[in-house]
Amino acid sequence: MIHLQEVSKLYRTDRVETTALDNINLDVGKGEFISVMGPSGCGKSTLLNLIGLLDEPTSGKVALDGKAIDRYGDRDLARVRNERLGFIFQQFHLVSDLSVVDNVEIPLLYRKMSNKERRRAALAALDRVGLSSRTRHFPTQLSGGQQQRVAIARAIVGRPGILLADEPTGNLDSQMGDEIMSILEDLNANEKTTIVMVTHDPRMAEKTHRVVRLFDGRQVQ
Amino acid sequence: MIKNYLKVALKVLGRRKFFTFISLFGISVTLVVLMVATALLDQVFAPEAPEVHGDRTLGIYQVGLRSEQIAYTGFAGYGLLDRVLRNLTTEVPAVERTSILSVQSTAISYLDGKRVESWFKRTDGEFWRILDFQFLEGQPFSQDDEKNGHHVAVINASTRDRFFGGKPAVGKTIAIDGQTFRVVGVVKDVPVLRVVAFSDVWVPISTFKSSTYRKDYIGNFMAILLARSRADFPAIRSEVAARLKAAEAGIPNPEMYKWIFGGADTLLGAFSRVLFSTNSLADSHPERLLGVFLLLMMLFMILPTVNLVNINLSRILDRSSEIGVRKAFGASSWTLVGQFVVENVFLTLIGAGIGLILAAAVLSTLNASGAIPYSDLHLNGRVFLYGLGIALFFGLFSGVYPAWRMSKLHPVQALRGRQV
Repeated sequence: MIHLQEVSKLYRTDRVETTALDNINLDVGKGEFISVMGPSGCGKSTLLNLIGLLDEPTSGKVALDGKAIDRYGDRDLARVRNERLGFIFQQFHLVSDLSVVDNVEIPLLYRKMSNKERRRAALAALDRVGLSSRTRHFPTQLSGGQQQRVAIARAIVGRPGILLADEPTGNLDSQMGDEIMSILEDLNANEKTTIVMVTHDPRMAEKTHRVVRLFDGRQVQ
Repeated sequence: MIKNYLKVALKVLGRRKFFTFISLFGISVTLVVLMVATALLDQVFAPEAPEVHGDRTLGIYQVGLRSEQIAYTGFAGYGLLDRVLRNLTTEVPAVERTSILSVQSTAISYLDGKRVESWFKRTDGEFWRILDFQFLEGQPFSQDDEKNGHHVAVINASTRDRFFGGKPAVGKTIAIDGQTFRVVGVVKDVPVLRVVAFSDVWVPISTFKSSTYRKDYIGNFMAILLARSRADFPAIRSEVAARLKAAEAGIPNPEMYKWIFGGADTLLGAFSRVLFSTNSLADSHPERLLGVFLLLMMLFMILPTVNLVNINLSRILDRSSEIGVRKAFGASSWTLVGQFVVENVFLTLIGAGIGLILAAAVLSTLNASGAIPYSDLHLNGRVFLYGLGIALFFGLFSGVYPAWRMSKLHPVQALRGRQV
């Protein structure tokens, strides 16, 4: 489902060249739940951004569902992100000016569907994460765990095949982290959603099918 | 989608109140100035009562008389206009009617020993058939009245109030400029900006104390020509130009002047001819004046537009996370440009709404102040459409560049909160 072949990512400035990822080869199958671990700055988030088509590799190939995306333009990338991918961020990245349900609707704004259908899907996604009673609230009125649940609802509302979670429990206490983790496990188990999760927490990584370890941009396991 | 955009736009406006105030202030004040200016121009040029046929009216508003040594540019004399217009309607069927009228001047009257000044205009009978005055009493004087030198007058409502305490005036006499006239009609006040129609008192040309005006080429007269349609303008213009040329043979003082310049113009063309000193008989180049109006408007709008661009750019800095999220969830760069332009147009339309209300208040104050005599400045549909056009100009031009900058923001950097 996800195929990375000899992927490298360099960041260049006028003076320095930094290797964020060096010759990564990775395959993630449909329905797999993998975690990416490693010390800070080892390239975990860069790897996730490349899989999420938010960034381009300096060399190597990224393919989703067997299709290489290196020749995709802005519009095609946007369409693939919208239809195939869902993102969960450590910082939640909810739009503070929008209510919970309006936040969840965001991915559906870029699809052809009626307002009613969009609202129905957003409410169902919120129900899925146990936040039916908070639809009219604004993000700042919610706890960290609740905000992350809204972010998960936003990530799954468009029924993407792949969820990319960048330290989803990193800003939460252990109890809230467990709640979020159980939602992800449930999505993986019951809806066969492929999940790639970056984490620092070995306890969370243990719950996934496979752990990919990075060190200084290189894959060590 | 639009609803979602507008929700965000409203929240963003509410969140940064000072920037919002500055933006709305800039937009609305600019719009007020431009809409008041537009309303003024509208009052001068738009085909509204009594100049209802303004769109198919040409005029010989000014002429030039020249020789190698001397040049005169100004109003024509009755003799010149009479010669140019004589038999024009029968020889050129495209011309429906013609009229000669004087430029209004102030005339003195004494009411209970007090000196009173009124605007005073002399016209022929056709004047009343080309222009559509609203008569409150009586009727206009006729071509026969003009031909026979009857001392009759049409006055406006304000003059009736001044001279007759607002009571019916038809049949009564009015002493003005040392002459006495019988009032035959009372019309609704005409704004001073209606340069052809405006006056307080209108009397027949032939009531002049002396008849020397009949031969003059230089004086204080102008003429209007009602065409059957605008399509006839070119033919009428060339006929008038030919007649002005032919009139050079009859210049009363050939030792001073040899050539006549001028032509039949629309009102806009007449202003253009005066401003750009067009000597050509054929064309007054009204497009030049329109160009100047447009240029002035653009210059006036550039500053607030640049200001809005800056404000919009700084507003974007707040929203990099949202941009990153929208990109991550499927918004293309062009979708984001669309979103931001919609938001900006929304902001400018709010500014336009405030501007409209303020402009209506300013125009109403101007009307009430009497600074422009009998002004009837108002926001009609035309002025409103101009205002809307100006607001959209603001919204689009001040939104597109910041939106483009925003859309080019790399999603990863946007999510990290990097600035544009």
